Amino acid sequence: MKYLDEYRDANIARGLAAEIRRRSTRPWVLMEICGGQTHTLMRYGIDELLGESVQLVHGPGCPVCVTPLETIDRALALAALPGVTLVSYGDMLRVPGSNTDLFHVKAEGGDVRVVYSPTDAVKLARLQPGRKVVFFAVGFETTAPAHAMAVLQAARLGLHNFSILASHVLVPPAIRTLLSSPRNRVQGFIAPGHVCTIVGCREYEDLVREFHAPIVVGGFEPVDILEAIRMLVVQLEEGRAEVENQYVRSVQYQGNRLAQETVARVFEVADRKWRGIGSIPVSGLRVKDEFAAFDAERVFELSSVCAEEPAECISAEVLLGHKKPTDCPAFATRCTPDKPLGAPMVSSEGACAAYYQYRRHLVTL
Amino acid sequence: MSDEPKELAAFSCPLPLPARERILLGHGSGGKLSADLLKDVFLPALGNPVLNLLEDQAIVSLNGIRLAITTDSFVVKPLFFRGGDIGSLAVHGTINDLAMGGAEPLWLSAAFILEEGLPTETLRRVVASMHQAAAEAGVPIVTGDTKVVEKGSADGLFINTTGIGRVRDGISLSASQAQPGDAILVSGFLGDHGIAILAEREGLQFETQVQSDSAALHTLVARLLEATREVRCLRDPTRGGLSSTLNEISASSSVGMELNETSIPVREEVRGACEMLGLDPMYVANEGKLVAVVAASAAQTALHALRVHPLGKNAAIIGHVTADHPRMVVMRTPLGTTRIVDMLAGDQLPRIC
Repeated sequence: MKYLDEYRDANIARGLAAEIRRRSTRPWVLMEICGGQTHTLMRYGIDELLGESVQLVHGPGCPVCVTPLETIDRALALAALPGVTLVSYGDMLRVPGSNTDLFHVKAEGGDVRVVYSPTDAVKLARLQPGRKVVFFAVGFETTAPAHAMAVLQAARLGLHNFSILASHVLVPPAIRTLLSSPRNRVQGFIAPGHVCTIVGCREYEDLVREFHAPIVVGGFEPVDILEAIRMLVVQLEEGRAEVENQYVRSVQYQGNRLAQETVARVFEVADRKWRGIGSIPVSGLRVKDEFAAFDAERVFELSSVCAEEPAECISAEVLLGHKKPTDCPAFATRCTPDKPLGAPMVSSEGACAAYYQYRRHLVTL
Repeated sequence: MSDEPKELAAFSCPLPLPARERILLGHGSGGKLSADLLKDVFLPALGNPVLNLLEDQAIVSLNGIRLAITTDSFVVKPLFFRGGDIGSLAVHGTINDLAMGGAEPLWLSAAFILEEGLPTETLRRVVASMHQAAAEAGVPIVTGDTKVVEKGSADGLFINTTGIGRVRDGISLSASQAQPGDAILVSGFLGDHGIAILAEREGLQFETQVQSDSAALHTLVARLLEATREVRCLRDPTRGGLSSTLNEISASSSVGMELNETSIPVREEVRGACEMLGLDPMYVANEGKLVAVVAASAAQTALHALRVHPLGKNAAIIGHVTADHPRMVVMRTPLGTTRIVDMLAGDQLPRIC
């Protein structure tokens, strides 16, 4: 496949891995933020290719994983209401709430639909004027523009039966939390290319200046990630800390202005709880008061549900890069994708699930 | 939960899910949930020495003749798709389950569950297609049944077919017979059926239209078994795709498998569609492909036998059976590294990003 196979080329990948091993004088600790990148690392066994030259730890960038348990419980409660159609991306369906998941609510008669695009949910609201359609709007900065578009479209159409249950998290505040931790050991970051396609690279400049840790914006294919790692290692070896862009075929420094403006019309920055980590200041997006009629939290007056994570789960340690999934005594025994104890095991892009799915043959349990 | 006192619910551990289980769509996906249903519901109630083998067909003896029996229900939506329809699929699917047992298919039955209001013309088209598929395969439909349910109780039209065949003398195929060193072959491109259905269902337009691979494989199997008797196991990787089939064989034989990712034949269009939809072709359904586990010494003979048949011209050796990592299927990636190819819990779900 053109424009894809080039980035999976075995010779290029092996060449980059050899260069990383050659250039690295000590095992630099690097973190990829995005779950999509973790998925690629595990799927292609890039850790195997790099040996001891760098230590890869996996960041909190799986939006499915970090969606708070109470938000999931709210989605489940909405889906069970008669007269409500809950519309979601596919991978939210298996995520367990406190007592059940969307698959089970669907089996019990709840109207749960899967779509690829939030505008399909708007279409559904138009077609079923008698039902309330709620879109479960989960994601990072990447999905926010499409969610904002859906709200604007619904407003333009004058729909009174469409709303979104928004759970958006922002990447730079999470990196700030990581770097501010006294226990931080991450020396360089691969920033998620798709997020930067929307928001650009400017916010990362502030982080680099403040914490003197290099950040390379990276893509999602094996060659992208290896190249980003090489760029980080070169910076670290030379004692530099800068924002560099590996994903030049998609990311421009200023990002996508139109998308940013669309997001800013509908959403505003707010404090946000991350499942498995806790509350992070100014790390999320909430629907502006102006669009309250499209905010499911307000439309349905969803009272806050208090939900506790199982104490055994070390998800905060994993999501902040202090520990590897395999350091957890429950990994692949009491905690599996079928019966996850916590955030990083719930979606295929979570670090624990990626290890479980692709790498457990290399682990002695 | 609703019938539980509030205080109790509040103290209950959030995970795992409670035992008020219901049937989910995933129970029909051919993955782990389907296996759970067999283990927890069907085998405890119905288990017997033949059923317990869990092959795609039962093999029973009558006066020294070994008969293969299999049954399958077809609920595909939409009823008509590129490369086939529910009628041809119902014929091919059951013939294939017989063929995978090394049997020559002899007779089929067809039972219809029709939804009130279904246009008769739709039924006529489906039945004509069944007739054509059965005639082309040389396997007659010798008995049948029709039921009609109220509007809303079925999705247009469901078909069940049962097949009876005669197992060839000297042939004994089973998922429990894979041995370290054996070669693993597939008969052609993977994922065509699943992508054709999904494209139709989601109204997706690709540059090239992918067609379902729905086909009767009994003549391909006959060619293979004439060429070599060193075939240990045949399976058709339908629901759950190649990965589920290989995981089943590897578990049943208590062996490991190592696959070579670059050897696995997947059409460019199917790869593209999977990239776009966030799916892995290893888990996408096929309706006209087989997986063969063959003794290493017979691998080339088997490959040649498959390739000279029109339905096997893109056959490939994709890996081998190993004594390492028993019950685990491991893929060697194009980068020379390895990863697990797991069985899915339920259906593949498109990812957010």
